Amino acid sequence: MRRLTWFNATSLTLGFAFLYLPMLILIVYSFNESKLVTVWAGFSTKWYGTLIQNEAFLDAAWVTIQVAVVSSTIATVLGTMAALVLVRAGRFYGRTLFSGMIYAPLVMPEVITGLSLLLLFIGIGLDRGIFTIILAHTTFSMCFVSVVVSSRLVTFDRSLEEAALDLGCSHFDAFRLVTLPIIAPAVISGWLLAFTLSLDDLVIASFTAGPSATTLPIKIWSSIRLGVSPEINALSTIMIAIVAVGVITASLITKRASLRQQADERAAVHA
Amino acid sequence: MRRATLILLPYLWLLALFLVPFIIVLKISLSDIALAIPPYTPTLDVSEGWRGIRDFFAGLDFENFVFLTTDDLYWKAYISSLKIAFIATFCTLLVGYPIAYGMANAPDHWRPTLMMLVILPFWTSFLIRVYSWMGILSTEGYLNQLLLGMGLISEPLTILNTPVAVYIGIVYTYLPFMILPIYSALERMDGSLLEAAEDLGCSRFKAFWLITVPLSKTGIIAGCFLVFIPTIGEFVIPSLLGGSQTLMIGKVLWEEFFNNRDWPVASAVAVVLLLILIIPIVLFQRNEQKQREAEG
Repeated sequence: MRRLTWFNATSLTLGFAFLYLPMLILIVYSFNESKLVTVWAGFSTKWYGTLIQNEAFLDAAWVTIQVAVVSSTIATVLGTMAALVLVRAGRFYGRTLFSGMIYAPLVMPEVITGLSLLLLFIGIGLDRGIFTIILAHTTFSMCFVSVVVSSRLVTFDRSLEEAALDLGCSHFDAFRLVTLPIIAPAVISGWLLAFTLSLDDLVIASFTAGPSATTLPIKIWSSIRLGVSPEINALSTIMIAIVAVGVITASLITKRASLRQQADERAAVHA
Repeated sequence: MRRATLILLPYLWLLALFLVPFIIVLKISLSDIALAIPPYTPTLDVSEGWRGIRDFFAGLDFENFVFLTTDDLYWKAYISSLKIAFIATFCTLLVGYPIAYGMANAPDHWRPTLMMLVILPFWTSFLIRVYSWMGILSTEGYLNQLLLGMGLISEPLTILNTPVAVYIGIVYTYLPFMILPIYSALERMDGSLLEAAEDLGCSRFKAFWLITVPLSKTGIIAGCFLVFIPTIGEFVIPSLLGGSQTLMIGKVLWEEFFNNRDWPVASAVAVVLLLILIIPIVLFQRNEQKQREAEG
């Protein structure tokens, strides 16, 4: 029944046109000479030039990258631990509360998460800045990491780990040498997810950032509220390009890795 | 010992940065606004011992919640958020289903690429994807230029800053959440069922309606909840595309906090929003569980 009918071809074409045309227009018009974004006045890369000289944007980009790297790394460690607890720790006191706290942030509106964290930081007298944004981002992204990792852990064959323990491995070594390499793809995609969530977040960062730290989304937000600008188009194009290159590279790497694994397995069967 | 650290570290983190903040919101929603730092009363004064704690609890009341029911703005914003989320979810289903159907029926070697094309926008900035529609929908935007150029309209349409723009923005940004669960349901479907139906004299359309749709029901339900739940509290889309005409509760909460600086009312708005969200979340969980049971 797998055939590309006229109907299916049309819906796919229209669907992907809808998904990609807006971004394509954005990219094309970032090379527009005119300051009026919607009127084409010839090819130019001048908005990229003004963007590179705009120190406020560069500072914000640097803050954003710092926050994303640190928060996604801590979130990956905590999220993986939480996944191990969810899948393997069995019963313990407060388990229901624990799994509730893992799943609730996934569906919690960002305005509420942001508001509640801000009220906490003010309540304990913590000055808002990069540190508080990192705490906030770590908290919600660790939940996403733990969902990604636990879905991999569920299918994990525990006898492999038991074999390692029988052969004299310590618990920690068994985890490091057997479990971790097997769940590594899930851990890495969890990290990537946490990283992009952090890069992308406007609402929670707006609540938890103080005057001393502005992230890129906050900066973009304050300038697009006034309308469309060619500089923002240029910035968007750069961000879209980075993501596209990153995602395509990652998918090529995983594809090659899975091909190699298949080849190894075939070789093992024949040997 | 090892197990205890494994449990305690993420547990304490979530207690401190998820549960405690939420309790604070609940507490402030019961407090009154005050011209002080922090701008609400009462504050807990432990140094006074039991009397301090008793005074603290005596100072809490439901005044803010009563206020929410008396002022039109709030319940209109809740109703309008629900309405917008409902209509937008339905539109997303109408747009997403044919795409998921097309993907599931595409040749095998195309599918990984199609899958990646659906996921790719999800990795690009949400803010930028919403922003891209501002240039398209504005009065002098690309859509109006195109329609005027084709002679289809004589006056530019006003789309930006209307609810229509909000619907377009929601459908656009949440489309992958609708496509993926429906696609995975359709992909598992056994094609021979449709052949059997056609052999037995069913028309194509009837076979689709009687077999394909019911078999993709869990995917449809999951997709709808994945769009509906986050849309209710949405802030960015109504603020950028909806203008002052569109009332949504996420935006009201933001303005209550940042513009009016009324923390107790903002907290009460948050508490009620969460109570409203519990129903769809519980229904969603139940659907997921049913699906897991059906698979396992």
